[in-house]
Amino acid sequence: MPYTRELKELIKKVEATRLMRVEKKRRGEEFPLLSLKEREERLRKYHPDFIEGARKEIRVGVSKGYAISPEIVNLLEARSRVNPDLVDLTRIAYETDVLIIGGGGAGTAAALTAQENGARVLIATKLRHGDANTMMAEGGIQAASKGGKDSPYYHYLDVLGGGHFKNPPELVYTLVTEAPKVLAWLENFGCMFTKSPEGRLMTLHGGGTCRKRMHYAADITGAEIMRTLRDEARNRAEHIKVLEFSPAVELILNEHGCCAGAVLYNLETEEYFIVKAKAVVMATGGSGRLHIQGFMTTNHYGATGDGLVLGYRVGVKLCFLHAVQYHPTGVVFPEQAEGLLITEKFRGAGANVLNIDGEQFVNEREPRDVESSCFIRECTKIGKGIPTPTGRVGIWLDSPMIDILMGEGAVKREFPGKHILFKRYGIDISKEPMLVYPTLHYQNGGLEYNSKCETSVPGFFSSGEVSGGVHGENRLMGNSLLDVCVFGRIAGISASEYVKGKFKDGKLTLDHVRRYHKELEQAGIVTDRVAPMLLPDYSNPPVRERQLTAHYLGSIR
Amino acid sequence: MEGKTREREELVPIFIMGKRYEVPSSLTIQKAMEYAGYQLLRGCGCRGGICGACGTVYRFPGSYKIEVGLACQTVVQPNMYLTQIPFFPATKSVYDMEKIKPNIETIVKHYPEVLRCLQCNTCTKSCPMDIEVMDYVAAAMRGDITRLAELSFDCVMCGLCTSRCPAEICQYNVAILGRRLYGKYIVPKAEHLAQMVNEIQKGKYEQMLRKVMDTDEEALKKLYNEREIEPEQAGEDWTPKDKTYL
Repeated sequence: MPYTRELKELIKKVEATRLMRVEKKRRGEEFPLLSLKEREERLRKYHPDFIEGARKEIRVGVSKGYAISPEIVNLLEARSRVNPDLVDLTRIAYETDVLIIGGGGAGTAAALTAQENGARVLIATKLRHGDANTMMAEGGIQAASKGGKDSPYYHYLDVLGGGHFKNPPELVYTLVTEAPKVLAWLENFGCMFTKSPEGRLMTLHGGGTCRKRMHYAADITGAEIMRTLRDEARNRAEHIKVLEFSPAVELILNEHGCCAGAVLYNLETEEYFIVKAKAVVMATGGSGRLHIQGFMTTNHYGATGDGLVLGYRVGVKLCFLHAVQYHPTGVVFPEQAEGLLITEKFRGAGANVLNIDGEQFVNEREPRDVESSCFIRECTKIGKGIPTPTGRVGIWLDSPMIDILMGEGAVKREFPGKHILFKRYGIDISKEPMLVYPTLHYQNGGLEYNSKCETSVPGFFSSGEVSGGVHGENRLMGNSLLDVCVFGRIAGISASEYVKGKFKDGKLTLDHVRRYHKELEQAGIVTDRVAPMLLPDYSNPPVRERQLTAHYLGSIR
Repeated sequence: MEGKTREREELVPIFIMGKRYEVPSSLTIQKAMEYAGYQLLRGCGCRGGICGACGTVYRFPGSYKIEVGLACQTVVQPNMYLTQIPFFPATKSVYDMEKIKPNIETIVKHYPEVLRCLQCNTCTKSCPMDIEVMDYVAAAMRGDITRLAELSFDCVMCGLCTSRCPAEICQYNVAILGRRLYGKYIVPKAEHLAQMVNEIQKGKYEQMLRKVMDTDEEALKKLYNEREIEPEQAGEDWTPKDKTYL
């Protein structure tokens, strides 16, 4: 749907200030950055995490009393999808050294390093191999790769500042020192990073970076990384088996309290299967499809926080889940593309963000939580948001500036994915700005783990978005692709080492699930909720009313 | 948001696998199927036009033309009749990236069927991403790995080209082989990256990192506030004034 007449009128105000703003940009005049104190104030007043009812205490389990989003609490205060008494743990369908739950970036990276370290690997994934938020990450991957101006030291400071200085130092140390190694690893697999003719990696700024260290593959960096890692895993199919449409619904422990496999659910045949493994890596990703506070999301269809539920039931603590990340620039118009991510790279390449009068109100490179809060402030308290025909409100992202700054054709060349997407709706983003608003983007927190990806449960490792800590209370752009590669690789190595060393075989059990159910009852939580959710519920209520003989377990028919 | 009730919107008829449903005219095919009552399992992935799970083909009554689109990106049109092709059997050759070379022999050895291309251009017409598929297949036949990689870069591997190819080529797997060969062997390696990896392994940053890891929050905030910011418009040759931590 092209812009309406009303919106086209408003775009004229953007055009009126554009050349003046381009000149300012060329002179290096930026809208002033907020001080740490001002940042704090904006967050407290306008960030969705701080509104009334944004957090609720968990009433059961190892992190009892921890206050996080009610949508996640509801999943934790829910019963298993399957009655443990019905599961016959002696009927083992698959046996493997390392079971990896999740077939995104972290899971696939873990599979590769575990296999290299001699392990037989089984990846169980809910949808197809590669269906993950990794595939959707657009902007880039951070790493201090240019020694003349940058170093892991500065990357470290940026990560800490973005995370409100709360990140466990050892995790951040691992992230920033492994970063260049990960880039070289990807380069060696043949990842097509955008380079100069001499092979120099091109880099841009991201929100909260002090040096340009965002490496990219046009505007589909995540897809390029994911499809390359997946192709590599497929080349090793003899040792890396993949079970698609088979999400894990429960972890299995053994009599020694070690993680020893999982119960999988074949979504197509509706059978449950037992996998026995010597070590398990959790790599299920995030939870945007929970639509926290009703926000639209940039996330993948399968991002329903399954790993949080499974890990929590075996006794792994949760951390940093009190902070939810809203990406400042999700599409609000046209409605068909609602929630879709517009990469931060647009701002890194020079596009201003503007209110209804075509005026700047925030620097484009604040950390994401601060940038989002400033957007919300402009649209609420200040009242200078741009109303859409569907009754929403947005902020202009002035992409045509990029063509003026970098030369005609730059938008099409640097952002081919978004250019074609908007073209389908009759909007040429090299000529017209985009309308954006904060959208639910990233699960900053998750399962508690250490820099070797070990959790408190022996034989159980965690990596990627399902884990919490490395990003503190707010992740910076370009650090999630980095996270999945760095900690995916480490999880694969740690798990395969565990298989060779500390692993101890024993009788399988689901007693932890029975105990969890009991704890729910003792806390007075009587509910028919089941978890993990597996898929979001987008059913149509009138249709559902007519499904007289259908049975839903949670959101799944 | 997905799943919300839409009461006052104009409804249009579409035919999902031949069966008629009335759906709001503003929806994408994907959301229209959910509106109609489907719970999607296959044929739904990122919902953002990049994962290739939801390749869809459709026609209009009275037209011979087969149209294609990603269900998550294509808005419904009255009377379209459609089906998703969520999976299509495809050949995937297994290769060791360390051992293969970026030349025509590699392509022909792993995907000899590319030589069967009839140049009918059906692949290009079937591509929801507007990629010049036939041209990259031609590049593959010539052993022009660079062109193969560049032309196929936007591929989402949905498989629609493969489903319609009379020569039974699996174009998208040929393309990723080409891109990996290009990225690994044809583009020059990033020397600055190799240097940095080397410095890290030698422990160059160890001491400064350990020190900053032990710094308390107030002092950290000061270091953070005082860090020198590379100007946005700075060129590749920019260097900071303070080089202590490089």
